[in-house]
Amino acid sequence: MGTLTIGIGDLKACRAPDVLITYALGSCVGICLLDSAVNVGGLSHIMLPDSTAGVNGATTPMRFADTAIPMLIRQMESMGASRARMKAKIAGGATMFATASDKFNIGERNVAAVRKILMANRIPIIAQDTGLDYGRTQLFYPETGVMEIRAAAKGTRQF
Amino acid sequence: MLRNFEELSPVAIDCLKEIGNIGSGNAASSLSAMLSQSVRMRVPDIRVLDYGAVIDEVGGPEKVITGILVTFKGDIKGMIMFLLEDMFAKIVVKTFMGKENVNVIQLDENDISAVKEMGNIMAGSYLNALAALAGFTVAMDVPSMTVDMMGAIMNAPMVEFSEVGDKVLFIDNRFVIDDVDINSNIILIPEMESLDILMKKLGVN
Repeated sequence: MGTLTIGIGDLKACRAPDVLITYALGSCVGICLLDSAVNVGGLSHIMLPDSTAGVNGATTPMRFADTAIPMLIRQMESMGASRARMKAKIAGGATMFATASDKFNIGERNVAAVRKILMANRIPIIAQDTGLDYGRTQLFYPETGVMEIRAAAKGTRQF
Repeated sequence: MLRNFEELSPVAIDCLKEIGNIGSGNAASSLSAMLSQSVRMRVPDIRVLDYGAVIDEVGGPEKVITGILVTFKGDIKGMIMFLLEDMFAKIVVKTFMGKENVNVIQLDENDISAVKEMGNIMAGSYLNALAALAGFTVAMDVPSMTVDMMGAIMNAPMVEFSEVGDKVLFIDNRFVIDDVDINSNIILIPEMESLDILMKKLGVN
């Protein structure tokens, strides 16, 4: 069994019993996808909702919800997964600092974009731990489908 | 026109370092006055780093840290963020609230106000150094603070400045308060247009 670490603006797919982990999601959102029929799982750590809104969308597609999620789906399909069987669990999208700046609502906007893109791909979200004001480390076990969330003040919970 | 930190010349970086040096000196004297304790400062280490390297320098993505964020505007705009070890908040809360060895992750509102105010004063020290050298007017917004995982805290500047690249000015400061060494890291991110104005004003780049 191996553990694959997904950095910020990165994504990876694996086969059970490998485990996926991404550290310290703040306003970022971590999207876990699983096709349990073939035991293929994936995790994408997105930073921003929309690749067409910024200047560097084309060069860093894994940072954006609209480009990263389809990339992860394709990567899992190339490993034998079927989109029609995929289910999603998502976490993150917190508001880390209470300020007036518009960009700081980014957590909410990230979650909204992730929902929209999963819905467009007909992938149901079966668990989520999003919003509020704290950071989350996300582990995903494709073998059981469990998403585990670690937070500094709240300990570890499973979804 | 500068587009990101990578385009800064070595002279320009030296210039930013000097601003950081003066700011750290100012911050040490303001802290000393506020805390009524001797505050010494070791020579700061100032580098241009990417976010990943900043997170590693401070102790990794899950390290719990006090983050104080101050945005500023005026002749130049940007963001300054303090990343403080637990000991800093403990000393501030002890000095102002009389509470010994508080758990930094469970501060109450008054404790938070006190720590924020220290962040505000320190941010002022750096920005005044910048303003004085360049003859700028800079106004700070109200600071906001959170105690959480380093990686999650860094999402804020990463998102806000995602278009200007992955590099920030990283100031590694060591304050010595009452013989206790306290690590305080500061990241300073001016908007690129502002950095350009600053460099022109100082006659570099």
